[in-house]
Amino acid sequence: MSTYKIAVIGDKDSILGFKTIGVDTFPVTSSESALNTLKQLVSENYGVIFVTEELARNMEDVINELHRRYLPAVVLIPNSKGALGMGIQQIKDNVEKAIGADILFRKEG
Amino acid sequence: MEIRVNPTRMELNRLKKRLTMAQRGHKLLKDKRDELIRQFIILVRKNKDLREHIEKELTGAFAKFLLARAVMPAENLEEALMYPTKTVSLEISKQNIMSVYAPKFNWVEEEGGRGEGSSIYPYGFVDTSAELDISIETLSEILPQLMELAEIEKAVQLLAEEIEKTRRRVNALEYILIPKLEETIRYITMKLEESERGALTRLMKIKDVVRAKM
Repeated sequence: MSTYKIAVIGDKDSILGFKTIGVDTFPVTSSESALNTLKQLVSENYGVIFVTEELARNMEDVINELHRRYLPAVVLIPNSKGALGMGIQQIKDNVEKAIGADILFRKEG
Repeated sequence: MEIRVNPTRMELNRLKKRLTMAQRGHKLLKDKRDELIRQFIILVRKNKDLREHIEKELTGAFAKFLLARAVMPAENLEEALMYPTKTVSLEISKQNIMSVYAPKFNWVEEEGGRGEGSSIYPYGFVDTSAELDISIETLSEILPQLMELAEIEKAVQLLAEEIEKTRRRVNALEYILIPKLEETIRYITMKLEESERGALTRLMKIKDVVRAKM
């Protein structure tokens, strides 16, 4: 069993705290550099990559592609400005894809 | 809509065999799909709850961090966080959910050489703010949950993919292949019966002709 690393990509204000708990942090400012960082991390042995929703918004297709793979796991997290609801939306999309109808959130919507 | 074949008895037998095979496959795949969906629903419920919880916690931690950043000089903050007390590495094993392989994460925290029981804070308390402490405490508490979320979310994504694939197969069998096979079998049986009747009438006709000549 080989060991993997954990990474966070996001704006500096949000992710600097992750450094203290031993996660590799990659502060980026633009979505282009975020995309490049993500691609680079995928080619290295990172098992879990956390990406802030704000940055993920501009590279949804790449992330969706990664979701189909076994590794790495890309997880969206909110940033310091709060959640954009993309993570929840992804769960909804998954439910719709698998079952064909939104059975999980029906009560609320 | 039927498959183009020669209406022979051999072809009929072959098609019948294919039909039973298709029906068995259809039943099996349907069972697989049902079980996948059952597992999926359990996981996705957990996923939703966990994500909602984590998003709330994280936003809070980030807000506190932002406050810390506001009250502390940037250099001080970066200096305080420069050397983490521990590093996290990840061991990944496979888990099998209905022959869908999803990664299972086991993370190992390594103390950064400061001995047992060292605090999670990589800095002294002199020139840092209390908000930073709270933010980091929340973060380190939330890490196990974050890893769980990563694991569940990956499993959910892979399961959704598999369910879609299985459903397509079930539908292809149910609405295309099986009706086609049934149609063709009917066509062949009818054709065979027809030629049987043809042979019979011909025989009778010949018999009449022969009798008339005698």
